[in-house]
Amino acid sequence: MIQLSINGSSHQLEIDPQMPLLWAIRDSVGLTGTKYGCGMALCGACTVHLDGKAVRACVTPVAEAEGKQITTIEGLDSRVASAVQSAWENREVVQCGYCQSGQIMSAVALLSVKPQPSEQDIDTAMSGNICRCHTYVRIRAAIREAARSLDD
Amino acid sequence: MRQDGSVVISRRQFLLRSASVGAGLTLAVYLPACSREQEQPEAGPGKAGGENIATTRFEANAFVRIAADNRVTVIIKHLEMGQGTYTGLATLVAEELDAAWSQIHVEGAPANAKLYNNLFWGAVQGTGGSTAIANSFEQMRKAGAAARHMLVDAAAKKWSVPAIEIKVRDGVLRHESTGQQATFGDLADLAAAEPVPQEVFLKEVDEFRLIGTHVPRKDSGAKIDGTAIFTQDIKLPGLLTALVAHPPRFGARVESFDAGEAKKIEGVTDVVEIPSGVAVLARDFWSARKGRDALQVSWDENKAFKLGSDELMTQYKKLAASPGLSALSQGDAASALQAADTSLEASFEFPFLAHAAMEPMNCVMNLTRDGCEVWNGEQYQTPDQNAVARVLGILPEQVKINMLYAGGSFGRRANPQSDYLVETAHIVKAIGAKAPVKLVWTREDDMRAGYYRPMYFHQLKAGLDDSGAPIAWQHRIVGQSLMTGTDFEGVLVKDGVDVTSVEGASNMPYAIPNIAVELHSPDTAVPVQWWRSVGSTHTAFAVETFIDQLAVVAGKDPLEFRRSLLSDHPRHLGVLELAADKAGWGGTLPAGRGRGIAVHESFNSFVAEVAEVTVHDNKTFSVDRVVIAVDCGIAVNPDIIRAQMEGGMGFGLSAALSSEITLQEGRVVQSNFHDYQVLRIDQMPSVEVHIVKSVQPPTG
Repeated sequence: MIQLSINGSSHQLEIDPQMPLLWAIRDSVGLTGTKYGCGMALCGACTVHLDGKAVRACVTPVAEAEGKQITTIEGLDSRVASAVQSAWENREVVQCGYCQSGQIMSAVALLSVKPQPSEQDIDTAMSGNICRCHTYVRIRAAIREAARSLDD
Repeated sequence: MRQDGSVVISRRQFLLRSASVGAGLTLAVYLPACSREQEQPEAGPGKAGGENIATTRFEANAFVRIAADNRVTVIIKHLEMGQGTYTGLATLVAEELDAAWSQIHVEGAPANAKLYNNLFWGAVQGTGGSTAIANSFEQMRKAGAAARHMLVDAAAKKWSVPAIEIKVRDGVLRHESTGQQATFGDLADLAAAEPVPQEVFLKEVDEFRLIGTHVPRKDSGAKIDGTAIFTQDIKLPGLLTALVAHPPRFGARVESFDAGEAKKIEGVTDVVEIPSGVAVLARDFWSARKGRDALQVSWDENKAFKLGSDELMTQYKKLAASPGLSALSQGDAASALQAADTSLEASFEFPFLAHAAMEPMNCVMNLTRDGCEVWNGEQYQTPDQNAVARVLGILPEQVKINMLYAGGSFGRRANPQSDYLVETAHIVKAIGAKAPVKLVWTREDDMRAGYYRPMYFHQLKAGLDDSGAPIAWQHRIVGQSLMTGTDFEGVLVKDGVDVTSVEGASNMPYAIPNIAVELHSPDTAVPVQWWRSVGSTHTAFAVETFIDQLAVVAGKDPLEFRRSLLSDHPRHLGVLELAADKAGWGGTLPAGRGRGIAVHESFNSFVAEVAEVTVHDNKTFSVDRVVIAVDCGIAVNPDIIRAQMEGGMGFGLSAALSSEITLQEGRVVQSNFHDYQVLRIDQMPSVEVHIVKSVQPPTG
């Protein structure tokens, strides 16, 4: 029996302790905002927060997530998250949208620890998240906009 | 994939006529009505919309529904895969309907080619070839205008006033002198009783209120809060997840398999052989994955393709030494090359490329006594209905398709063989349709399943006269045909020449008196498919790079050199000048930094780019800034066009810098993003996009 705390709710799951957190979130709990993209922590589409830190759910065994607060895109609820999501909308970042949950989770994690990131900070924090529509220019702009709004 | 010439002409005539008429243009309405036999889409898992069916009062035609609550639903016949078509097509309707943008909702159309065919593809419903806006521009505006006409007629009757005195703005109808007004919702019941107009007025370009402005994307919110539903996200009662063990080489088959260990994995329900491999089904992805890992398969590789890409390229180079089929012959290139004062040769090798959309291919299918229901990022409805029906022994119209958002495609989801849908149908059939099935390809499956942008070899020769002007141009291209064997072969393969292999080369714009463009189309067993801008993905690079090399030999500035050869091509020149101007062409740059320029036409859109590139001390280089000018006719949504330019540039840069699929002894070497490198944010240049103002019909 695995016990996971996801977005503030507790889930008792009869699953393989080695099951990656991604599939527990998607298939066992049924939250589909977190996406599968590569299964090897190469693309960032599955990014979630473990105790506020961005992790790749596709390579994180559920056993490692026990006892920690797991936050998915559905559970974002902070001033930083709201600034990021508003900026994403204002800047019309999304195209196909499949990677964007992961992008947003990485951006929120960045701004939560570094509210005024440098361009280098942005590139470093976001370089693990691939976007094949290449929305990168707007991702940068949205993060800068969110940072500005958090500074107000 | 290419738009039909007659349609283009009619659009040009349309604009000519509209320019001469002044106060709007009467156009006959040939809109399909909403089919009464067609089952209405109901709300349910993954439906793009459907929530207002119960309150719908007025279905003006197959594209517009107006509900009593004032909600206008626009039915979109094209796949939203990021390019913004849900927003663009809805804008066209809203414009002529004079609706408020906030009251517009969008819904993916069902598969029904009678109502929702791509007007450039005859009787085929599908999305591709940059046709979505171009083929729908008039159709969707007429759909909006027809609905508006019926609303106005209803108001005129109700208020006993002349229809011509009624103004419509932001979803409200008004009669000023009597002070009466009503919303669309108020009039929906009455409008439904009005006859469909035989002709409608469409707005003049200068009357547009939404077209040409930045209206927000309709798919943004759901893609930002995680609620957007992709194929991967579909849940159905009893749904089984299927992973397939595919053969290690193209053309190999299953010889035998041992499912013993796989079936011991908890959650695994079935292991079945299908034509494309062995499918492992389980109650969830992780169980299916473990099951497939435990599966033992022996493959019959006798007839498999066993060459490597190096060997293929050697063959291609040999072929390039002999003349190919002529794609364009103008003057006498061979003699002119002999006579030239200076000559130059260059060759280019292009690798196979995977589409590598962020959402690997997947498909959900449920077969019942009533037919087959499909959930898919559906790009190619009509061929997919036919292919799935053939496997299942049912009629194509019994294949009901729910078109969901696609997590990227770049052409991949319009597969000429409907490959992953056919695979899903075989799995459903093999388990006796006992449960709905979700086929999931892992990233590795997706990358190794083929249907790549073909590998190409280009050989170019050119000759300059003593003034440095080019007088001869010979371009030989070697690479697999995309269209042979597809539904488009009849139209796009002419005398053995696949026009998509040479597009961008055979219509190269530069004024050179002697030109020969030739093609070899060797057949190999590696499955290939259109990939983003199709032929231009390789021809533009080869032509533009070689033109630069000629400019260097001629001792001319690359912008000036192009300009001197483009006097008959005003739209090429227009974007070239704009990009050069905005980029500050000729201005000084820091040490180590230089500029390059290129111009290209693809799908009747014209694009020029100026790139600033820095060569670093360690001999690496980075692309730091790209200035883009685009002329795609009327810019329906300038911000989405900018986004497409930014993204398209990044996609091209990704391929140019790092992506490559290679084969060794027939096996695909790459498997995931560690060895199939794609552009990441730290490699993305800053981008500026400038759009040429135009009254030409929108292109793609």
